[in-house]
Amino acid sequence: MTDIATRATRVVESPAGRRRINGGGPRAGTVVAFLTPFFLPFVLFYLVPVGYALWQSVRVVRRTGGQYGTSYTTFGGFEQYLEVFQNHEFWASIGRIGLFGIVQVPVMLFIALIMALLLDTPLLRLKAFFRITAFMPYAVPGVIAAIMWSYLYSPQLSPVVDLLKGVGLEPDFLGPGAVLWSAANVSTWLWTGYNMLIMYSALQSIPQELYEAAKIDGANNWTIAWRIKVPIIAPSLVLTTVFSIIGTLQLYAEPAVLRQISSNISSTFTPNMLAYAVASGNNYQQAAAISVVIAVITFVLSFGFMRLTSKKAGL
Amino acid sequence: MSKHPVTRESRVSRTAVMALMFLLAIYFLLPVYFLIVAATKPQGDLASTNGLAFSHFNLFENLEVLFTRSDGIFGRWAVNTVIYAVLGAAVGTLISALCGYALAKFEFRGREFLFSVILGGVLVPTTALALPLFLLFSATGLVNTYLAVFLPSIVSPFGVYLARIFANAAVPQELIESARLDGAGEFRTFFSVAFKLMTPALVTIFLFQFVAIWNNFFLPMVMLQKESLFPITLGLYQWNGQTARAPLLQQSVITGSLVSIVPVIIVFILLQRFWRTGLAAGSLK
Repeated sequence: MTDIATRATRVVESPAGRRRINGGGPRAGTVVAFLTPFFLPFVLFYLVPVGYALWQSVRVVRRTGGQYGTSYTTFGGFEQYLEVFQNHEFWASIGRIGLFGIVQVPVMLFIALIMALLLDTPLLRLKAFFRITAFMPYAVPGVIAAIMWSYLYSPQLSPVVDLLKGVGLEPDFLGPGAVLWSAANVSTWLWTGYNMLIMYSALQSIPQELYEAAKIDGANNWTIAWRIKVPIIAPSLVLTTVFSIIGTLQLYAEPAVLRQISSNISSTFTPNMLAYAVASGNNYQQAAAISVVIAVITFVLSFGFMRLTSKKAGL
Repeated sequence: MSKHPVTRESRVSRTAVMALMFLLAIYFLLPVYFLIVAATKPQGDLASTNGLAFSHFNLFENLEVLFTRSDGIFGRWAVNTVIYAVLGAAVGTLISALCGYALAKFEFRGREFLFSVILGGVLVPTTALALPLFLLFSATGLVNTYLAVFLPSIVSPFGVYLARIFANAAVPQELIESARLDGAGEFRTFFSVAFKLMTPALVTIFLFQFVAIWNNFFLPMVMLQKESLFPITLGLYQWNGQTARAPLLQQSVITGSLVSIVPVIIVFILLQRFWRTGLAAGSLK
């Protein structure tokens, strides 16, 4: 995170912003008054819950005198974490989400990149239309997107299934092998346009002279796209990848909706669904440990990816 | 002689590019088109007629059923959604703007530290927050109230990040200093000078936060048991789960989905220039 932080401040702070205010600066009380309306809820609803989850995750419930004795919670060290790591359902959910992410994220970002590059060429007409249609799903919540798609997956209602049957296929979008990819399709539908717009905005800020210079050197549109545009917008690609990794690890609403119509999605399909299922079973300490592990994996992957790519690309 | 093959080639690639983009556009439009068609049909036609073709036009009857079902609970959900998403985003934008502005324009000790803590907050998965928040709120009796969803929603670390960037870019230090010389207090300066200059940015922050709350399904699901407090998403999710037992609910889920997303999509299209500035700022890193 410090990486983003330092880089962001480096970008945003113009020399004028850095200049010291001579004498006319606000008093400490005023600064506090500006910060408190945000920081009070931030501390209460962000930092305290994070701390509380950490504390819960090192607690265990014990009983005095056998199964029917009175229960009490006590310090358990890493006991809950040990249990998480020994839980095969946890590893199964991580495996599913890993497979999902390794396939869905590159496919989605590749489509987004192609769309952004095409929108950036003079070859394309109706740009506003294409931009808006791709971005439109961003206004649709994951739950409703999943409900919409579930009707397109359902064998009774779906015109898509009918069409495919017409050409002799028997698709089963909700079958054991396919349902993960049906969920992946909902995510792709939702987020491709958003990512495309981030990349497109970055492309638009590249000065045109660069292309003219490249053309004089004999570069065609293809080389300009891959050798000039893509490397320049690499920071946006890193950003969209990190957002996508975070989003994948948080997956909940889409599989939860598909679970309503497919018996091939278990209540522990994704790590978050597992955490919720465990919490519903009143084992909050275990659920807290699972949440902490998910958050740590998110941090490690996001950071790791940022580190790896920024070293490679020399950003 | 040399010009001709070039134009032919560019015509071929133009056609290919347009064809590819149209295919993708169909992909993005398909579910919404299906929803529009399905929302106009009577329940009986849903399974028996082609999903992509209109049949008997029954939209108004469907809307009536939707809004009168269970004593008009859908209307209640719509009002709740406005409270959570619109009011939450408005309050959230204001507090983000104050904080981001202060972090951009005031010099004080610990400023960079506070900013790093906020940026760290961007990475905390909201789903990881929901469960501990539930436990804390049950201890204080807040579970199953509007506040349980509303209060955590107003906090947007990403909003503060954007507000800081925009305040730096849009509010010149000279203007603040001249307002100070004129004797204006810091809050007066903020509301009468900075606020106006930051307005496009504030719309962006509002939209981002609106979407974040509108999309946040996990938090209301964990916090709320009372149906009367549900946002539309949670209500439709619950109805959708009951369609196996009550097949007639299917038509209301479809019509309700359409009613809930179409106004939002229209607002988005109208405000899209704000999105682009926001996304461009987000991609600066």
